[in-house]
Amino acid sequence: MTEVQEKVRDLSEKYGRRRENLLPILQGIVEKEHYLTSEAMIQVAKELDISAAEVYGTASFYSFLDTEQRGQYVIRVCKTISCDMKGKNSIIKAIEDVLKIKVGETTQSKMFTLLETNCLGWCHKAPAILINDEPYTNLTPAKIKAILGDYIRNAEGKQKIIGDIQYER
Amino acid sequence: MANINLIIDDFKVTVEEGTSILQAAEKVNVKIPTLCYHEDLCVAGNCRVCVVEVEGMRTLPASCAIPAEEGMVVKTNTPKVRRARKDIVSLLVSEHNTQCTTCYRSTNCELQNLSAEYNIDNETYMSVLKPDIVIDRSSWAIEKDDSKCIRCQRCVRTCAELQHVNAIDVVHKGKDMIISTFVDAPMNDVVCVNCGQCINHCPTGALTERRYFDDVWDAIGDDEKHVIINTAPSVRVGLGEMLGFPVGTRVTGKMVTALRKIGFDSVLDTDFTADLTIIEEGTELLTRLKKALVDKKKVALPMMTSCSPGWVKFIEHMYPDHLDHLSTCKSPQQMFGSLAKTYYAEKKGIDPKNIVCVAGMPCAAKKYEANRPEMRDSGFQDIDAGLTTREIGHMIKQAGINFLDLEESDFDSLMGESTGAGVIFGATGGVMEAALRTAYEIVTGREVPFENLRIMPVRGDEGIKEATIKIEGCLPEWSFLEGVELKVAVAHGLINARTIMDQVVKGESPYHFIEIMACPGGCIGGGGQPIPTNAEIRKKRTEAIYAEDEGKVLRKSHENPEIKQIYKEFLKEPLGHKSHELLHTKYRKRFRY
Ligand code: SF4
Ligand code: SF4
Ligand code: SF4
Ligand code: FES
Ligand code: FES
Repeated sequence: MTEVQEKVRDLSEKYGRRRENLLPILQGIVEKEHYLTSEAMIQVAKELDISAAEVYGTASFYSFLDTEQRGQYVIRVCKTISCDMKGKNSIIKAIEDVLKIKVGETTQSKMFTLLETNCLGWCHKAPAILINDEPYTNLTPAKIKAILGDYIRNAEGKQKIIGDIQYER
Repeated sequence: MANINLIIDDFKVTVEEGTSILQAAEKVNVKIPTLCYHEDLCVAGNCRVCVVEVEGMRTLPASCAIPAEEGMVVKTNTPKVRRARKDIVSLLVSEHNTQCTTCYRSTNCELQNLSAEYNIDNETYMSVLKPDIVIDRSSWAIEKDDSKCIRCQRCVRTCAELQHVNAIDVVHKGKDMIISTFVDAPMNDVVCVNCGQCINHCPTGALTERRYFDDVWDAIGDDEKHVIINTAPSVRVGLGEMLGFPVGTRVTGKMVTALRKIGFDSVLDTDFTADLTIIEEGTELLTRLKKALVDKKKVALPMMTSCSPGWVKFIEHMYPDHLDHLSTCKSPQQMFGSLAKTYYAEKKGIDPKNIVCVAGMPCAAKKYEANRPEMRDSGFQDIDAGLTTREIGHMIKQAGINFLDLEESDFDSLMGESTGAGVIFGATGGVMEAALRTAYEIVTGREVPFENLRIMPVRGDEGIKEATIKIEGCLPEWSFLEGVELKVAVAHGLINARTIMDQVVKGESPYHFIEIMACPGGCIGGGGQPIPTNAEIRKKRTEAIYAEDEGKVLRKSHENPEIKQIYKEFLKEPLGHKSHELLHTKYRKRFRY
C-alpha cells in the first residue's frame, strides 16, 4: 500500500465504509493532500465498494474537492458581485504579481494555487478571499501582499521550497 | 393497499396508493410527454417536461414524480401547461446540437418528436451549445456525443440500476454538468462492458452504437469478397418493429430475403453455432461434473455460460479471480466466425482471406467481442463486423426494399440449419433450456421430462430463476450421475449477475450450471435492439422466440443434421483437438476501477 492508500484506508476506518461517508472521507484527503489524485479516488472506491466514476462524480460536483493538482495553500478569491465591486480584480492582480501565476495556476514550488470562487458570505467585508480554510477580508493590494509575505516567510522557516517566488516587502 | 380516486382531464381514475399522476393518466389513455422518465428505471424528475396543473397547487408539479392523491383534480393540457412544456423543450433545444438531418436517431428521437409536437421553431432561444464538444469514438461499440445529451440521466440510471457497472455518472456541476466517466477517460478505458443498454435507454442521439454498415456496403460492392452474414435469433423477432410490423412479429423469412437482396453472398444462421455451443458446452459441463464426482478433482463449479460478451467483460472486470467458472466456449457469433473462415471456406473452396464474415446481432457488445485479439483463431479476424438489429433495419431502408410485401425464404447452407434449441438462445433461460434438452438426453437416453420440451422453471422475466432436475435412469457410461440433483440458475441483467457472483465468491453457490445474459430479458432486450424496449416489448419478443421454437421440426441441438455433419467431417468430437483450436477461448483479468 502506498502512503496515499494508507491514508484513505485510515479515513475509511475512521468514518466507516458506507456510501454516505464518501464526503467526509474525500474532505479528509483534501485536507491532507490538497487535492484528490486518481490513485486516492480509486482507493476510496475500493474501500467503499462503489464505482470510481461515482467517486469522481461526487468530487467534481464540489468546488472544494479538487481533482487537479493544487498547491499547499489554495487561494480562492471571491468573484461574486460585492467583492467584484469592491475591487477583487486589483486583489487578483496583486496576487498574480507576487506569485507570478495566473488564476487557475499553481506555483512551480507547489506552494500556492490561485482560484476564483463564488460568494463566501463575507460580502459585508468585501473583498474577501480564502487561503485554505482561513478567510481574509477588507483586503487591499498592499494587505494581501503582506499576508502572502507572511505565508512565504513561515514556509521558508520550515523548508526551502519557494525558489520561484519573489515578493515585495 | 388503499385505492385513490382522482380526476384527470375530466376522467375519473382509481389507482393504487403510490401510483404517480403519470401512470394514473396512462390508465385513462391521457398521454403526458416525458423525457427523463423510463419505466425500467427509478424516477429522476429532472426534465420537468411532464408537468401538469393540479387544482390548489401554486406550481406545476412533475407528474412522473408526484403520487396521485385522493380527490386530486389534474389538468394535463391547459395553456399554462403547454407554455411551460414548450419553454422547457425550447431551452433543451437551445443547448442542443440540433442536427436532425444528419443524426442517426432522427425519426426515432424523443426530443425531436417533442420539439416537433410543440413546434419549437416558432419560438427558439439563442443557442448556447458549447463549442468544441468532441465525440467519443474510442470504444468499438459505444459512440458518445455530449452535444446531443439532454442530461436526463437515463443512461446513468441504466448503468447503475440494471447493470450495476456504474461506468458513467453525472460529473461536474451547473452548466458544466455532463455524463462522463472516471476522470473523464475515454469510454474504451473504463469499466464499461459495452452492453449498450444505455444506448437503448437514451432518448436522443447522444449515445449510439458505432456504426459499421458503410464498411459492410463496401465489402458487398467488392467483387473479390465473399460476404456472408449470420443473424442471431433475436434479430428476427425485433427487426420487424423498425420496418412497419407490430411488436413481436416474426420476420425470419422476410429478413433472409432482404439480406439476400442487399447483396450478401450467403445468408446464414447464428442458431447453427448456438446448437454447436450446446454440444460443446454441454459436454464441457458433463466433463466438469465427472471430474468433480468421479475423479474427485478440483474443478470450478458452478460452470457459467460465456455467450454474452457484456457479461464476459463484466466478470473480467469485477471478478477477475473467478474466471475459471466461465465455460471456455466462445459465443455462437465467434464460433461462427472461426468456422466460416476454415470449415466453410474449405467446403466451398473459397480462399478465407476473401471471406468477409458479418454478424447481425441484437447487441452492442458483440462489436467489441469481434475485435478482441483472442478472436483470430482462423488466422484472420474471425468476425469482420458486427451490426445491430437497428443497423440492419437501416440497411434494408437504404436498399429501398419494401419489407412489408417481401416474399419469405430460407437460410442458405452450409451453417444455416438450426433447431428450436438454437432459437431460444435469444430469451433469458434459453441457453439453459437448450442445454438441458441435450444434456439430459445424452445422459439418460430419454427426453427431458417436461411437456412438449418446455422447461418452464427457467422461462420468464424474473431476475434470477432456479431449477433442480433429478437425473434418474442414466445410461451406463453416465451412471456416476445417477440420482444427482442438477441445480441450475439463470440470471439476466448484470445487477442479478452480481448477486449470483457474490454467492460464488463466498463459496455459497448451490448450483452446478448458471446461465447469465448481460441484458434484461436476454438478447431480445439487447442493447442493439430497436428502440424503445420496455417490459411489454420484451414480453412480446420473448413470446415470438418461443413460438419460433415450437414452429421448428427439430428442437434439440444434437438433432441438427448440419451439426452431425460438421462433427463427422471436420470437428470429429466435442472438446476435441479442432474444437479447442477454433471454438474455445481464454479470458483475461481486467482492472476493477
Ligand atoms: S438527438 Fe434528436 S433532436 Fe438531436 S439532432 Fe438527433 S434527432 Fe435531432
Ligand atoms: S446520454 Fe442520453 S440518456 Fe444519458 S443523459 Fe444524455 S440524453 Fe440522457
Ligand atoms: S454500455 Fe453498458 S456498461 Fe457501458 S456505459 Fe452503457 S450501460 Fe454502462
Ligand atoms: S460577494 Fe464576495 S463574499 Fe459575498
Ligand atoms: S419525465 Fe417527469 S420530470 Fe422528466
